[in-house]
Amino acid sequence: MPLLEIRNLKVEFATAKGPFKALDGVDYTVEAGEVLAIVGESGSGKSVAMLAVMGLLPDTATITADKMEFEGRDLRTLSAKERRKVIGKDISMIFQEPIASLNPCFTVGHQLEETLKAHTTLGRRERKARVIELMKAVGLPKPEERVSAFPHQMSGGQCQRVMIAMAIACAPKLLIADEPTTALDVTIQKQILDLLVKLQQDSGMGLIMITHDMGVVAETADRVIVQYKGNKMEEADVLSLFENPQHAYTRALLSALPENATGDRLPTVSDFVGAGGF
Amino acid sequence: MSDTILKVRDLYRTYDIKGGLFKKPGKFTAVKGVSFDVERGSTLAIVGESGCGKSTLARMLTMIDAQTSGSIEIDGLPIDIAKTGISKDMRQKVQIVFQNPYGSLNPRQKIGHVLEEPLLLNTSMPAAERRDLALEMLTKVGLQPEHYGRYPHMFSGGQRQRIAIARAIMMKPKLLVLDEPVSALDLSVQAQILNLLKDLQDEMGLTYIFISHDLSVVRYLADKVMVMYFGEVVEYGTRDEVFGDPKHEYTRTLFAATPNADVDSIKARLAKKVA
Amino acid sequence: MTKSTSTELATETVLERESRNATKAMLTEFWYYFSQNKGAVIGLVVFAVLVAVALLAPLVAPHDPDVQYRDALLQPPFWQDGGSFAFPLGTDAVGRDILSRLIFGSRFSLFIGVVVVTIALVGGIVIGLVAGYARGWVDTLIMRVMDIILAFPSLLLALVLVAILGPGLVNAMIAIAIVLQPHFVRLTRAAVLAEVNRDYVVAARVAGAGHLRLMFKTILPNCLAPLIVQATLSFSNAILDAAALGFLGMGAQPPTPEWGTMLAEAREFILRAWWVVTFPGLAILITVLAINLVGDGLRDALDPKLKRS
Repeated sequence: MPLLEIRNLKVEFATAKGPFKALDGVDYTVEAGEVLAIVGESGSGKSVAMLAVMGLLPDTATITADKMEFEGRDLRTLSAKERRKVIGKDISMIFQEPIASLNPCFTVGHQLEETLKAHTTLGRRERKARVIELMKAVGLPKPEERVSAFPHQMSGGQCQRVMIAMAIACAPKLLIADEPTTALDVTIQKQILDLLVKLQQDSGMGLIMITHDMGVVAETADRVIVQYKGNKMEEADVLSLFENPQHAYTRALLSALPENATGDRLPTVSDFVGAGGF
Repeated sequence: MSDTILKVRDLYRTYDIKGGLFKKPGKFTAVKGVSFDVERGSTLAIVGESGCGKSTLARMLTMIDAQTSGSIEIDGLPIDIAKTGISKDMRQKVQIVFQNPYGSLNPRQKIGHVLEEPLLLNTSMPAAERRDLALEMLTKVGLQPEHYGRYPHMFSGGQRQRIAIARAIMMKPKLLVLDEPVSALDLSVQAQILNLLKDLQDEMGLTYIFISHDLSVVRYLADKVMVMYFGEVVEYGTRDEVFGDPKHEYTRTLFAATPNADVDSIKARLAKKVA
Repeated sequence: MTKSTSTELATETVLERESRNATKAMLTEFWYYFSQNKGAVIGLVVFAVLVAVALLAPLVAPHDPDVQYRDALLQPPFWQDGGSFAFPLGTDAVGRDILSRLIFGSRFSLFIGVVVVTIALVGGIVIGLVAGYARGWVDTLIMRVMDIILAFPSLLLALVLVAILGPGLVNAMIAIAIVLQPHFVRLTRAAVLAEVNRDYVVAARVAGAGHLRLMFKTILPNCLAPLIVQATLSFSNAILDAAALGFLGMGAQPPTPEWGTMLAEAREFILRAWWVVTFPGLAILITVLAINLVGDGLRDALDPKLKRS
């Protein structure tokens, strides 16, 4: 049984200009211990699917799916309360803006403790110890001092580490990372990616990397889903995707990478497919 | 003798940090003694991570902020706005394109007016002529004349960046400072904008100062590369020198951290994972 | 340019059409978000009816508001014993038709709202723009003065001002405007502070825009949304304050059919003739409620944070 299985997921938003289809019948399967990358440009609906799983979409969204199961439990029929139990404990998520994702009014130690309090039965002292342990695990230097630091006293990379610590606090079975390194510098990005992959390998959890960056995909993923305008273009394991992309859009994306430039001009998507899209 | 358009010597920029209740006031030097030359029609890429002073440098070159000390000379014209102020002459030499295409256009201003504003403020061109020029510029950056009367929010990120570029070249500047112009854009759009920048450079003989943190883009576009680290230049040379044989420790770290999308490195990674 | 005149004309019309379409699209979107708020639509309808009534007062009102019918003193509304359709909402102590007085009174209320809000808005925008744009000691000075004004209970301050200026509708309006002004100043300043460092402002500066142009043409249009919302809410506030001043005898003077003044005149008949107090009170309540509802809807439509993509 796969960890997460979604069949024919459709998401529609009500807007001033009428309904907008963000996802048009996409399937996702994630096995335990696997790194799945969902890659696409803005408007491809790459984040929407996972937000739908987490129940984080606004009221204007209509979500339909033939199947949406986590470890065999149907997420569609779960009550809000049961859902909260699963989300945050078994599935957790980290976002693009680490500094904005933390509450500026509380110390990071306190925020980590809150997460533990909500989802575990640990006592006060055990929680404190676990917080230090978690901060060590995500590679924050001097965790004993950092516990009482406020988010604004830390850099973006450190905040992202705290977010990751919070996400893995309850040893989730699935971690969803939504553009976790887009707001960070390259050297920090490298560290965070290495950390995520290491944590994933050590714990054997499933990891979904949502990204627009082919480089990030190449560095982390086992399997890749390429999305464009709410549709799945291609799904392949990472090596065959880069070695032998099947879909025209994937080829376009890969050749638009400046490092793959041959000659004076960069090829663009419209060089591969008609201007009308797919 | 090469034709130097921008000459920067020993440039410093210091900020005063206000003292708080428990903090003493202090000074923070964002740019520490930077010197370089740029040749006409070439592209200098300035690479560095956030906080390295590259944006502060851009703000000084475009006369948004004054330098604390040191000299800037653009096309033979010394720039020191703290002493002399800004003349229309100086303004026509250099323009800037910002990183975030969503923030750099006034949401309440129609595109036509966005483009005409520099002309309106710096020249005595009649309205009809301004409009013709704006329309011409729209087509030049790959947009349609009918976009003239629309508002910024009706455009995608890539289109907005085209508009921002069009605004910057309305006055036919000699030097264009591009502050991370493609890092907020999707990959395929990024390629289009980079192509556009190349075309414009060939056509108008523009000189670019291209500020970026993305080494693959820099490698594609730059003639010369300058790497900054905590306000100082740690590496400065032609593209092939810098990429081929990086001298400074930091440059090497930067290169090593850049994700690799080629098949061999994926194979290596997967092999390591199995082992 | 070597274009033929016909193609030039063609592009001209195309451009104009596109420009109009863009404006129209903005309005359509605005209306979509506004109309999502049902209360706001109801408020808008009520307000529109009110404006129509005020404009057409001489045509709509059954009687002259100042004529005293000596044979019909304190006549109750038509559905009560002793009432008649000649005076649908009854008459007051000197025999004036209450409905007609309310209808003419709406003119004063709306007039007060418009004038007060205009004065407070214009003054508040200018002062707030200067404070937010200049920063430094100018900002500090302006904001401390505003803090002092805000430290007084608003009605008390208005009363003091009217006492100094002398009672009357015009002076009451000026006093209320001064009392409401600091809210606009603070709001404008906050909005300016948020906008002034945005890239588009810097871009306009690089393009060579001067201080005045930056303040009024570049920054101000982007600060208007919260100001419009505040303006509608102040509109109702102004009506309330004017009524309060009128009730205390410091606003419009009798026999002006202003709603607050009507209430004041009816004070002694509260127990004997409920309609003399109830209807002016209801008129104030409904008007203020309608305008506040509209203000709520405007907030929904104008605040980008509440917009869902």
